[in-house]
Amino acid sequence: MSRGPQLDRRAFLASVAAAGGSLVLGFEIPFGPRSSHASSRSREITAWIVIEPDDAVIIRVAKSEMGQGSFTALPMLVAEELECDWSKVKAEFAPPHENRRRNRVWGNMSTGASRSISASQNDLRRAGATAREMLIAAAAARWNVPGTECAAANSVITHLPSGRTITFGRVAAAAAEVAPPTQVKLKDSKDWKLIGSRQRRFDVADKITGKPIYAIDVRLPNMLYAAIVQCPVFKGTLKSLDERKLAAMKGIHRVVKHQDAVAVVADNWWRAKKAAQALSVTWDFGDNAGVSSAAIREALHAGLSAADARAGRNDGDVERALAHAIKRVEADYEVPFLAHATMEPQNCTAQVTADVVEVWAPTQDGETALAIAADAAGVPPSKVVVHKMMLGCGFGRRGIFQDFVRQAVLIAKEVGQPVKLVWTREEDTRHDFYRPVAAARMTAGLDAGGTLIAWKIRTAGQSIIAAVSPRVMRFGVDRNFLQGLLEDMPYDVPNYLVDFAMRNTHVPVGVWRSVNHSQNAFFKESFIDEMAHAAGAEPYLFRRKLLEKKPRELAVLDAAANRAGWDAPLPPGLFRGIAIHSSQSSICAQVVEAAVAIDGEVRVHRVVSAIDAGHVVNPLTVEMQTESAIVYGLTAALYGEISIKDGQVEQSNFDDYPMLRMAEMPRVETVIVTSGGFWGGVGETPVPPVAPALCNAIFSATGKRIRSLPLKNHDLRNA
Amino acid sequence: MARLTVNGQSRDVDVDSDMPLLWVLRDTLGLMGTKYGCGIAQCGACTVHIDGTPVRACALRVSAAAGKDITTIEGLGSLGALHPVQKAWLELDVPQCGYCQSGMIMAVAALLREKPKPSDAEIDAAITNICRCGTYQRIRAAIHAAAVQRVSGVRLP
Repeated sequence: MSRGPQLDRRAFLASVAAAGGSLVLGFEIPFGPRSSHASSRSREITAWIVIEPDDAVIIRVAKSEMGQGSFTALPMLVAEELECDWSKVKAEFAPPHENRRRNRVWGNMSTGASRSISASQNDLRRAGATAREMLIAAAAARWNVPGTECAAANSVITHLPSGRTITFGRVAAAAAEVAPPTQVKLKDSKDWKLIGSRQRRFDVADKITGKPIYAIDVRLPNMLYAAIVQCPVFKGTLKSLDERKLAAMKGIHRVVKHQDAVAVVADNWWRAKKAAQALSVTWDFGDNAGVSSAAIREALHAGLSAADARAGRNDGDVERALAHAIKRVEADYEVPFLAHATMEPQNCTAQVTADVVEVWAPTQDGETALAIAADAAGVPPSKVVVHKMMLGCGFGRRGIFQDFVRQAVLIAKEVGQPVKLVWTREEDTRHDFYRPVAAARMTAGLDAGGTLIAWKIRTAGQSIIAAVSPRVMRFGVDRNFLQGLLEDMPYDVPNYLVDFAMRNTHVPVGVWRSVNHSQNAFFKESFIDEMAHAAGAEPYLFRRKLLEKKPRELAVLDAAANRAGWDAPLPPGLFRGIAIHSSQSSICAQVVEAAVAIDGEVRVHRVVSAIDAGHVVNPLTVEMQTESAIVYGLTAALYGEISIKDGQVEQSNFDDYPMLRMAEMPRVETVIVTSGGFWGGVGETPVPPVAPALCNAIFSATGKRIRSLPLKNHDLRNA
Repeated sequence: MARLTVNGQSRDVDVDSDMPLLWVLRDTLGLMGTKYGCGIAQCGACTVHIDGTPVRACALRVSAAAGKDITTIEGLGSLGALHPVQKAWLELDVPQCGYCQSGMIMAVAALLREKPKPSDAEIDAAITNICRCGTYQRIRAAIHAAAVQRVSGVRLP
């Protein structure tokens, strides 16, 4: 077979269009030729914007779209200052390889930590303002009038004294030649028209008509398909392989051995998968084949009283204050490993030729995908092209590690043809980078008036930082593990100590939507309820008192309580719980209304979620992300548990790692508290409060305090 | 070899008889709208219609679909002529990541054919697909919106 040095992109586009059976839309192929060809560069008005003669405005998006709405919200920031007609705006992904070639003109492409807006808003608004000034300058030159006499609005430039007008499209080519102004003035937030308005998403039309927009949908000429089987025990290796059964199977092209996995390449994925499962593989499980969840739990429990903990925050003298406390409250909490379970399983398509390595990946960080592909192929980064596709969920699974990219490139290199690697759901569940296991020992002291005077939090668990970036450790402590319990712990406690006994396991861990806030909010907000109960106080008012010096937190807590009607009676059988937690620079408070049936079944009826994320770009996105985060948090609270036996993950698919479904969906009400003045995140912030708010409601309903998750492991019958 | 009728077109496919319909649609026929999520009929991302009934294509052998009328998301409606369910999805901005939505829309379209104005309980019972982004609230609202359009006899463009 002979191929050109690079895939004929036109042929590829045609094949995708034919596969979809309908026309290709402007943003259907998120890596359209426009973004990667020099011809368009000449029409750029800043690297972020291309304006066509017909007035179409193309705005580049550097971040990935995994459902969070950045593909729409980020262009809004540009368009606000550009003064273009929003109905003429289209979005497209800026290609990672172009970003590398152009000295990272689009900045950091890593998409996570709910930072897409906060980290890029300044650059994007500046790009919009810069382009607007260039367009005005081009129009003014054409009319031979001073630019100061011209104004732009709705994609039209007007010469104010004469009333002459011209559209952006007609001066775009000239504007592209104008030297960008060195300084631009950004609008005051009170003058924003687009930012803060509800805008429809750009990606809906493709997503309701089944367009091939995901990496798993990529089809290339001569493409083969790969399925992979990875060593069931983490850190184990491949020992030997018996391929004899494959001889009788049709369509099998090759078996590719990795250090810890075997891939089978076939002419369709079903055949590859069947063959991969038919292989007789002998693994070297290494030292971890005996590890179980019970042993891990024991290690964490020992950590709760061990001497090797490092402090993250230490105010006052907690031991002394505890000794003087009239009432002591103590409790241990714990949470398990959790998988991401992105709807689109891990996959990647790769093509390796003598001249170029091309990958199509569901990536939260196209630049990391590029670096991994270069490393795997053994080529300089300049030889790699990364096509960012729409992601079928992200949740932190596809940013740092991107093991699927490495595997696909290694396989494609060995096969010498384009290969699409798709993991089975079982591989996906059993080879994740999990939310870490964690435990906490809480000790609090109250004075005679029931006021909290001392709070000691000992945590134990697995550090993500230790695996990912050990140099980030500060004074030997992984402060990330203590997210939400450090300076960001909002309650006013004169004597406060939080420390961490690191207990790492062989199970790989990684960032998982809201990361360590997910467990720390459960520990903190459940225990605050315990303190309130011990003090004979009402949980909402107990929190209010401890937040007296925190007006922003107080406003959000009140907003949730007021919308929920905290003091209003509920129908029989329904009970409320409340929680507040700050993360990603935003504050979220939630009130959960739940019932516990006689058979022990927990049913969540309503969740009121109030958030202060500072400036809100698209309120629609905030509502959607709130609903999403609540489902994500509830799924984990009710069902989420990855357990280890014989060094392996016990769960494998949605039958034993269940997800919340339609019948269990509560009514979600989002309250946006707009304080303005800062840029906070949204996508993760509503995840952490929901588990403790629910467990606090269960306490109200049953008197049973839930100190470990998931709830499916608790017997709440006749409670 | 099997003869399939997909979106009104007759297609002869030379595939293993135990190959699930999902992979025939995707890898053999290039219809990528029907998604792989679990392979064990748990999540519903692969939902298609077979003779009008919603079926999870990942767990159906192609041989069992031969001779039957198969409709995929590509055959349900197109941008110029959206199905009422797609129209409601567009109006209410239902999708987030969107990966499960083909299957959701197919499941809902079948439900509305059976029950033109479903109650919440009927929706809960019929729509068991998984959406990991948690779009259920918007899906429920969109189902009711689509049902009203259908009941009032409005023909959508």
